[in-house]
Formats: sequence, structure tokens, C-alpha cells
Amino acid sequence: MKDNTVYAVQMKGISKYFGDFCALNKVDLNIKKGSIHALLGENGAGKSTLMNILYGLYQADEGEIFINGEKVNMKNPGMAISKGIGMVHQHFMLVEPFTVAQNMILGNEITGYAGIIDYNKVREKIKELSDKYKLYINPDEKIEDISVGMQQRVEILKALFRGADILILDEPTAVLTPQEISELIEIMHKLVESGKTIIIITHKLSEIKQSSDTCTIVRRGNYIDTVNVSDVDETELASMMVGRSVDLHCHKKEAQVGEEIFKIENLVVKDSRGIEAVKGLNLSIKKGEILGIAGIDGNGQKELVEAITNMTHTESGKIIMNGIEIQNKTPLDTLNNKICTIPEDRHKHGLVLDFTVEENMVLNGYKKENFSKNGVLNLKYIKDYAAGLIEKFDIRPSSCGKIKARSLSGGNQQKVIIAREVTNNPDLLIAVQPTRGLDVGAIEFVHSALIEQRDNGKAVLLVSLELDEVMDVSDRIAVIYDGQIVDILDAKDADENKIGLLMAGGGKDGKK
Amino acid sequence: MLNTISLGIVITLMYSAPLIFAGIGGVLTERSGVINIGIEGMMAFGAFVGAAVGYYSQNPWIAFLAAGCAGGSLALIHAIACISFRANQTISGVALNFMGSGLAVFMSRMLFNGATMTIPVPKKLPKVLGGIEFTFIMAIIAAALLWFIMYKTKWGLRLIAVGEHPAAADTLGVNVYYVRYISVIISGILAGFGGASLTLSVVSNFTPTVVSGQGFIALAAVIFGKWTPHGCVASCLLFGFAQALVVMLGGEGSIIPSQILAMLPYVLTILMLVIFDGRSTAPKASGVPYLKGVR
Repeated sequence: MKDNTVYAVQMKGISKYFGDFCALNKVDLNIKKGSIHALLGENGAGKSTLMNILYGLYQADEGEIFINGEKVNMKNPGMAISKGIGMVHQHFMLVEPFTVAQNMILGNEITGYAGIIDYNKVREKIKELSDKYKLYINPDEKIEDISVGMQQRVEILKALFRGADILILDEPTAVLTPQEISELIEIMHKLVESGKTIIIITHKLSEIKQSSDTCTIVRRGNYIDTVNVSDVDETELASMMVGRSVDLHCHKKEAQVGEEIFKIENLVVKDSRGIEAVKGLNLSIKKGEILGIAGIDGNGQKELVEAITNMTHTESGKIIMNGIEIQNKTPLDTLNNKICTIPEDRHKHGLVLDFTVEENMVLNGYKKENFSKNGVLNLKYIKDYAAGLIEKFDIRPSSCGKIKARSLSGGNQQKVIIAREVTNNPDLLIAVQPTRGLDVGAIEFVHSALIEQRDNGKAVLLVSLELDEVMDVSDRIAVIYDGQIVDILDAKDADENKIGLLMAGGGKDGKK
Repeated sequence: MLNTISLGIVITLMYSAPLIFAGIGGVLTERSGVINIGIEGMMAFGAFVGAAVGYYSQNPWIAFLAAGCAGGSLALIHAIACISFRANQTISGVALNFMGSGLAVFMSRMLFNGATMTIPVPKKLPKVLGGIEFTFIMAIIAAALLWFIMYKTKWGLRLIAVGEHPAAADTLGVNVYYVRYISVIISGILAGFGGASLTLSVVSNFTPTVVSGQGFIALAAVIFGKWTPHGCVASCLLFGFAQALVVMLGGEGSIIPSQILAMLPYVLTILMLVIFDGRSTAPKASGVPYLKGVR
């Protein structure tokens, strides 16, 4: 640590209430210029709220903000930008029908005469930044056509484009591959060398160790401590965050593998642009095992899952569940064949955000007996049913049945989905990025839910971009590259380097 | 025959002009994320103010501008209600429809000895190029200008962003409320121009039925034109053509009953919507009030 007292950001006694709920209670934050400062806390701890206040999206009810020693009344993001603050949000702030270029320049347009946007200059600028930070972004692609990982890069590039001095990264690595994460950390170090200050919000303790100088921990809206990262280890950080000791690795019994239950043969699926994304993929899953799919975003995972869940149609090949072909049917057929899904985007496909928790709990079963009769919902039964699940899955706040799903934290939203899907008792549970954006406690919960499913003799298909997760939870690991499974390894003898190489296409022609 | 065709074109363009003004106003406000059902009322009020000012000032240009101000002032009420106070946009729009038509008739009775129709204006807006209404030329210029602003300039980029993802625009320093206010007010001005295009060009005075649903037809044109200025102009021309057909095929000695003929524009819309790809491309945040700090 450098021994100077130049603070890029000082937040003093910040409090924020949403109605009666106290999101932040007199939180202090001091960030030294030219450092990488991690902000650690569980979901709902108030990290994002604190950063949204710094960025001018919310106004604090109490407290003061100083930027480079100067007191600032941060009224709006425009002001934050003018003070050199850039923010990459956890939930992407991208206009979907716009191109990468349009998203990048919005609010900060490169114009010629009469406000006309000079797209040639914009493209040049993007190419320059994209090359410099090795982001490989095509400026003319539309956001709705690119993968989540790519969208993340656009967000990062957006902040870089604005030449921010103080960069706030809210869960920036949630969807990146191990290689991309180390690249990002490299970029962060480069940025800091050139005098910039970085605030990173993350749940990934290993990344804090790798990237940050200092770390501030918040818990349930309260300031806990600020530590030098080199002075603490991951377990200490985790227990400060959660307020109890936690186990960072999941424990599971030996798998009791049964017969094959699910099979994919020579599957071909096109993406939304009509290009083949899954190219003759083969896969089989047995009862009582977790098959993990490891791969870099955009190698056909999305289309594979959409094909199984009948959210898209297939070109050729078979998807067989319990001996029945289910390709090119309806999502209801997928459900009726006892396949349930924890979708990648819980806001878009997992929940109806403006429905209550109760309503969300019965989304896939409202037609069933008990839930409804002659088309009329049995609200009393649904209420009790949901209350049972809320208790069983420890969804907080514990009286959330009548609360809109939108106002739950990410971890609790995910618990609602898991409660619904697992209670449906599927023979195959598909979990796509099930722990994206969740904190340590919630990740523990999700992983044990998947393992419990496996121990009950059910099949689980785990699709994740986080290699650690795939390696930790799966029994077998299938590596997907360019729309095909290039290799399947037993989780026991898989090592990160080998899988990383396969994920990058290194094993396609050679090893296999 | 040639005369009939050129007459048909002239009538089509004449009827299209009010629709284009109102329609591109609708495109503008919906792209900013505010639904403006009140266009009909703004047109009615604009139609009256245009006719009344035209009568008293004897200058159709001043009257035309006054009509724009009239429409704009009603739109300001809509903007305050929907943007600042986050009122339901549909209800505010419906209220403005009653208010616009009501105000027009009320003021007509006050100023014109209790009559619900105004005395014809001494001078209408001019015709150019062999009978084409000048209002049509202005409407096309306004539409072209809107197209240019929307797709070529930074203001257009911000406008569309605010209508699609206001939170994203907000985080980048775009003032969502400001963009929406300006869009709604300009849409009202355009609707006022649309109303005046009826009373200063198609006819020469205001009557309570002069607008009769044209604002709603313009809204249909917004949707039919997939929220683009060029698409909207094309569908307004189609509606204008349908209205011209009603005029030209109708009249004395017509074999088709006038009631059936009058259905033509609407039947045409439904047919066209069925034939062409009906994929909805509405701006995502259209009709959704923006509130800072909501997850």
C-alpha cells in the first residue's frame, strides 16, 4: 500500500432507506487514488445501493460524498460522469435493439455538423479500445444478437470509452471464463498503473485476492471493516461477509449412477441469426449424476438449452427423454416429460417479476389439481403451498408470499425458482448459470440443492461458464466448443488447465 | 381519366397531411416511451384554434402556428400528468380527448354567438404545384426531419434509448424526463398542426365533427408503420387514399352505399396488418412511467 492520503472517493455516513427498509446504515468508504478496492458483501447487503449512490442513480438520505477531496452533491449520473466516474452495472444497461456502437456512444456521442453522429469515427474509436484491451468487439452487431459474455464486454468498454478515472465494476466477472477473468485483472492492473482507481464489487473471494489492494466488507447495510487484502485469507473474508464461518467447497457423496435417462443424438440448432450454433452434438446423462457442461460463452450452450426446453426448434437430430423424442415440441411437452429448468436469465425466463412470490411459485403448475379447479385458482391452497416452500427453502424475507418477485434480492429470486422447479420433482433438472451473481451463502444453497437432486437418483445437467463451479459440482464434465462436445472427462481426474485448453478449442482435432 | 387520377392524388395528399402531422407526432412520443392517446383531442383543439385565429387575424400562417401552440399546451398537461406525476397514460390521454373536443366547442360557443361551428376563414393555406395542399409539403418536410433526427443525430439516439431502456439512458447521463417532456410537447404541436390542416386547408371552418377519429387513425398509422416516421407516412398515405376513394366513389349516383364505403380505411388496415408480418416492434418502455431507483 502506498502511504498517501489522497482519496479518490470518500463516502461518509451514507444512509439510504427504501420505504421502511434500511438499505444502508451510516456506511463509510475511503478509496485511495490509484488502488483497486473491493467491496464485499452478500446480496442485499447494500453494495450495489452504495455504488448507485456514488454514481448518482440514487440519492442518499444521509451522508456526504467527496471526490478527490471535493464535496460533491451527486444528483445524477451525468454529474458522476463529469466527475470522472464510470460504472459497469450488474444488470446490463444496454439498449437491445441498438448496435454495440450506438450503446457505446449514447449520451456521449461523437458528432459532426448539426448533431449528426459520425459512425466512422465511432468505429475507429471502438477498434482502438477493443484492440488495446483485447475485447474483440464488432461495433455493428446488435446487442440482442450477442451473448451475455459479449454484452458484458460492451459494458466494460462503455466505461472505458468515457475515459473514467474512477471505475466501478459491479460483478464484472460473473460471466467471464477463467482466461477472460485473468485478462480482465490484467487490464485492471494496467488501468491502475495509468493512474485510475477501480472499485470492484464481487462475491468471488479468489478474485479479490488476485486483484485488489484493499477490501471493504458490508453486511445487511452496515459497515463491517476495511482490510488490506494481503493480510487476510479467503475464509476470513467469507466469514466477515456472512457473519458466520462458511465452507467454500461443496461436499458430496459418491454418485450412485443408474441407467441412461436422457440422450442427445447429432443435434443441430441454428441461432437467432440463422447460423448453426449447435453442430451435431451428442450427449447422454444417467440417473443420479450431475453432468456439467464447461465452455466459453457463445459456443452453443444457449441454443442447446433452448432446444431441450423447446424454446427454439432444431434443424436435425434427436433429443430423447425416457425413450421419448421431445425435439420440436412445445415447452409444455418438455415439462410433461419431467424436465425442469433453472434458466440462465432469471428475470426474463425464470420469474414474472411483477407477480408475487406465491404466483411465481405455481407458474408451472397452476393447471394442476389443488392449484385450480375449472379454471379458478385455489388461492388459499396456493398461499399455503407457497408458504411451505418459502419456509423450506429459507426464502427471505420469510413473509414474502405477497411481495412482488422484483423486490427480492437476486439470491432469493433464485431460491424461488429452485423451490418451484425442484418441487416439481423432475427426472432431469437443467441448471443454467444457477449461481450467477449470487453470494457465497446462496451459492452453497444452490449447489447443495443440485447435489440433493442427484442423490435422490435424478439426473442434473449443469451448464455454467464458471469452470470452478462445473469442476466442483459435476460428476462428469463435458466440454463444449464450437457447437460440439469435444471431450467428456470424469470430474475426479479433470484439471483446470486441460479443460481450459479444450474450452479454447485446443483438443478438437488433436487429443480426441 | 388522367384528370381523375390527378384529382385522386390531390385528394389523397390533402387527406394525408393532417394524418401525417398527427402520426409522426405519435411516433415521436411513443418512441420516447409515452403513449399519447390524446392526439385526437389535441387535433380537435388545434383545429378550432386554427379556424378561430384564422377568422380573426385573417392570416392563415399565424392561425397555423397558433394551432400548434394550442396542441402543444394540451400536450404539456399530458406530459406533466404522465411524466412528472406518473399518471396512467391511457387515462390521461382519454381525458385529454374529452377536454380538447370540449374546449373547442365551448370556446366556439363563446366566440361565435353560441354556434358550435366557426365562421369560415377568409384565407386558407395555399395550394402549390397544380393543386397540392401546402400542408402536405410541410407534413412531409416534418416527417423527413423527424426521420433524420431519429436515425442520424445524437438526439434521435437518445430519444430511442429513452423509449427502449430509460434506466440505461439515465446511467449515461441522458435526462429521461427532459427527453420525454420535449417529445410529448412536440407531438402535441404536431397534432395541433394536424388539426389546423383540416380547418385551414381541407375545409375552411371548425365543426365538432371535423376531426372525427382522425387522431385515432393516426395512432393506427403509428402502429402500422412500426413506430418509424417513414412507415407512418406510408400508412397515412394509404389511409388518405382510402378516404379519397370514399369521396370519389361516393356522392350521388354511387352504386356502393356510403356506409360501406366509409368502412374502407379500417377494413384496409386490418387486411394490411394480416397480410404483412405483424411482429410487434413497439418501444419496450412505451407506456411505462420512469421512476429512478426502481430495480
